[in-house]
Amino acid sequence: MPKRDDINSVLVIGSGPIVIGQAAEFDYSGTQACRVLREEGIRVILVNSNPATIMTDPGFADQTYVEPITTPVLEAIIAKEKPDAILPTLGGQTALNAAMALHTEGILQKYGVELIGASFEAIQRGEDRQIFKDLVLEAGADVARSHIATTVQDAITFAEDLGYPLVIRPSYTMGGLGSGFAHDQEELVRMVTDGLHQSPTTEVLLEESILGWKEYELELMRDSADNTVVVCSIENVDPVGVHTGDSITVAPALTLTDREYQRLRDIGIQIIRLVGVDTGGCNIQFAIEPTTGRVIVIEMNPRVSRSSALASKATGFPIAKIAAKLALGYRLDEIPNDITRVTPASFEPTLDYVVVKVPRFAFEKFPLADRTLTTTMKSVGEAMALGRNFSQALNKALRSLEQRGAPFTGGSSRGARRNWWRFPVFLRMVEL
Amino acid sequence: MTRDRAVLVLEDGSRFEGNAWGARGETLGEVVFSTGMTGYQETLTDPSYAGQIVVMTAPHIGNTGMNDDDPESRRIWVDGFVVRDPARRPSNFRSTRSLDEDLASDGIVSISGVDTRAITLILREAGVMRGGIFSGSGIDLDSEELLDKVRTAPDMKGKNLSDQVSVNEMRVVPAVGASLGRLAVIDLGVKESTLHHLAARGFDVHVLPSSASYEDVMSLDPVALFYSNGPGDPSASDHHVSLLKSALGDRLPFFGICFGNQLLGRALGFDTYKLKYGHRGINQPVVDRTTGKVEITAQNHGFAVDAPREGVVESPAGFGKVQVSHVSLNDDVVEGLTALDIPAFSVQYHPEAAAGPHDSTYLFDRFRDLVQGEMTTTSKGGR
Repeated sequence: MPKRDDINSVLVIGSGPIVIGQAAEFDYSGTQACRVLREEGIRVILVNSNPATIMTDPGFADQTYVEPITTPVLEAIIAKEKPDAILPTLGGQTALNAAMALHTEGILQKYGVELIGASFEAIQRGEDRQIFKDLVLEAGADVARSHIATTVQDAITFAEDLGYPLVIRPSYTMGGLGSGFAHDQEELVRMVTDGLHQSPTTEVLLEESILGWKEYELELMRDSADNTVVVCSIENVDPVGVHTGDSITVAPALTLTDREYQRLRDIGIQIIRLVGVDTGGCNIQFAIEPTTGRVIVIEMNPRVSRSSALASKATGFPIAKIAAKLALGYRLDEIPNDITRVTPASFEPTLDYVVVKVPRFAFEKFPLADRTLTTTMKSVGEAMALGRNFSQALNKALRSLEQRGAPFTGGSSRGARRNWWRFPVFLRMVEL
Repeated sequence: MTRDRAVLVLEDGSRFEGNAWGARGETLGEVVFSTGMTGYQETLTDPSYAGQIVVMTAPHIGNTGMNDDDPESRRIWVDGFVVRDPARRPSNFRSTRSLDEDLASDGIVSISGVDTRAITLILREAGVMRGGIFSGSGIDLDSEELLDKVRTAPDMKGKNLSDQVSVNEMRVVPAVGASLGRLAVIDLGVKESTLHHLAARGFDVHVLPSSASYEDVMSLDPVALFYSNGPGDPSASDHHVSLLKSALGDRLPFFGICFGNQLLGRALGFDTYKLKYGHRGINQPVVDRTTGKVEITAQNHGFAVDAPREGVVESPAGFGKVQVSHVSLNDDVVEGLTALDIPAFSVQYHPEAAAGPHDSTYLFDRFRDLVQGEMTTTSKGGR
C-alpha cells in the first residue's frame, strides 16, 4: 500500500526536557521524523517545551511551538492548527503519555485527530502491565509472577506470596522511575509509598525477582501489511537488576544459539501483533535464566526508544525515519534501504562487527548519590563504539567516555586499577 | 604460546595467514561466505555445505559451544571453516562441548584470526571461487605450490555431491499424530528439522537414498514426494530430474526446497545457472507474490532457476501452466515455483529455517493441504 493521502498535516510531540532516561535520543528521532514528514509534503506542527533541541531549530517544522507539553496547551494547538493526525511514538514516554491524556479526555475525538504509529489501544496494551502480561501469555511466552497493588496494605499481602527480594515497578513511568528491589518489608513499604505517589494511575507492580538473569532486547518494526522485521538484537553485559540504560550493552547478541534467538524473534513478532503496533517500531526486553534457559518477557515499549537510537546507529537501519514513513502508510518493501539504496527496507540487518555501548555516569557531580546500580537509571549519557570484535569495541567505547581511569590502558598501576572499583561500571568489567 | 599457523589460499592468488583451528592438514573447496549471526552449528551440519569452505562474516563464532539438540545431520559437512574470533570458552546453558573439539573430531581443517571482512569483499567482488586451507604438515609447501593445488582442485560447477551426503539405506520418521500416509523423501542432503516439520504435519516420512529409482519410490505407495536441499550443481543431477518427471506425470504431489526447487525447475523444462555470489544467510527477504507478504528467509544456494518472472508461463516440458511464486527482494532471483495444472510447488529457500527465522513454516502446511486436496479429488492415495 502506498502512502495514505488523507493525512496532510501532522502534529509531532517532542520529548520535553532532558532528564535521566530521556535525553537527546528523542530529539534525534523526532528530528528525523520531522524531516521525513516534510519530505513527503506534509505540514508538520511541532510541540516541544525544550528549545535546546535540534528539532525546534528553524526549518524542521512548518509551525513550531515551544510550549509546555500539557493537555490544555496541546488542545489549544490542536484547535488552532487542526492537524489530521498526531505522531506520538517518536517523542519518548513524554509524548506517548501526552497523547494518551488527549485521548482519555476526548480531545482527539472532539477535533477528529487520529493517532498514527500506534493507536490508543496499542499504547495501552503495551504500557499497562496487567494487559501486557495477558498478551504475553497469549503469545505463548512466559512472564514473571506478579501482582498489582494499589495500596501499601495490598503490597504487604502480595509480598508474602512472592517472597523477598521482589521488584517494584510503578505503572506509566519512564527510566524506571521509582522502581527497585525490596529485600524486606521495611523497604517494601517505603518504595511502594513512593511508587504509588509517582505513578499517574496510583498503581505499582510487585514482581518475582529475576535478578541475575541474562537480559536481551529486540528492536522490531512492523508495517500496515503485517510485515515484521527484527532490526537488531541487543545483549546486556550486566544482568537483570541493572537498568538497561546503566548497563553495558552489546549488539548483536553474542551468546544465543539460533534456536534461542529465533524463539525470542517469534515471541517478539507475536507480541507486536497482539499489542497492535500497526506501523512503526517497538522494543521488547527479555530475561533468560542462565542455567535453564527459561525465557521471560520483561516489557515492551510501543514507541521509538532509547535502544532504538542505539540499534539505528549500530545497524545503519534508520528506525525513526522508517517509523515515520510507515506511519504514513508505506510498506517496508516500498522503502529503499538507505545503505544499499537498491534493496528494500524489509530486511534484517546482519553485522560483521560488534557494537558496544557503555554508560557515562556523573557521580562526581553528585557526591552523595548512591553509586550502586539498580533498576533505576543513573547514567547521564553513553558512548557507543563499533569494533571488529567485542574487545575492540569495548575499549573504544570506554575510551570515548573521556573519563579518567575508564579505559583498560596498558600497564595500569594498582592505584589506577583500584580507581575502577569506585565506579560500578568498572567494577563489573573487572569482575568479568 | 606456540603459534600453530594456518593459511587460506584463494584461487585469485590472495593469501590470508592465521591460526590453525579444528583439525590440522589441508582442505580444498569452494569458498563461500555466510552472513548468519547465529546458528553456526546448524550451518556446519547442513549437508548443503558439503564441498564448501565457509567464511563466517560474523566475527565471534563458537560462543554458544556445541550441543546435542541442534545438529541438522549426523556430522559436520563443510570442507573448511574460516572465522575471525573463535570463542575461547563457550557460554550457553545447553553447550556440552566446544566448537573447536567438534571441528577437530570431524576432521574439519579450519582457520581463525583472519580478516574475514577482507575475504568477503574479495568474494563479493569476484564471486565465489576455489580455495584451500593448509595447516600442520599441509603448510610445508611454498606458496606457489599451495596456489597450484587450489587452482587444480575440481570446480563446483558440474559436481554431483548429493550421493556423498545422502543416507545409504531408507530410514523412517513416523508421523506425529494421525497419519496422512507415506511421504517419499529423496535425501539429497536433507536436514533434520525439515523431517521434523514434515512428520509434524502428519506424514510418515520415508527418507530414501539419493540413488533411489522411481520404482523404489512407488513401491512405498506414497501420497506425495519431497525433494530436499543439497549440495552441488542441479545440471549434474539428471537422474533426479527424470525421476521427478515421472512423478509429475503421474500427478504425485510434490514439494521441493532449495536443491529440490532447482530440480523442479529443470523437470518443468527451465534451465538453472550459477549465481555469482550465491545467497547464504538468514536474513534474505523474499516476497510471496500470491499474498504480497514479505518473508525473511534462511537461504543457502549457489545455483538458481532461470524462469520468466512475470505472469503465468507454459512449462517447456509440457506440465501445463507454471508461475514464479516467490522472488528475492534483493536481486529478483527466482525463489519459488508453483505448477498450476499439477500438484507441485517448490521454494529456493529453507522454510525449516535452522538456522533462520520461522517466517516460512506455513509452506509445510500448504504442502499438507495440497496433498489432502489431491487425496480427496483423486482415488489415488486413499489408503
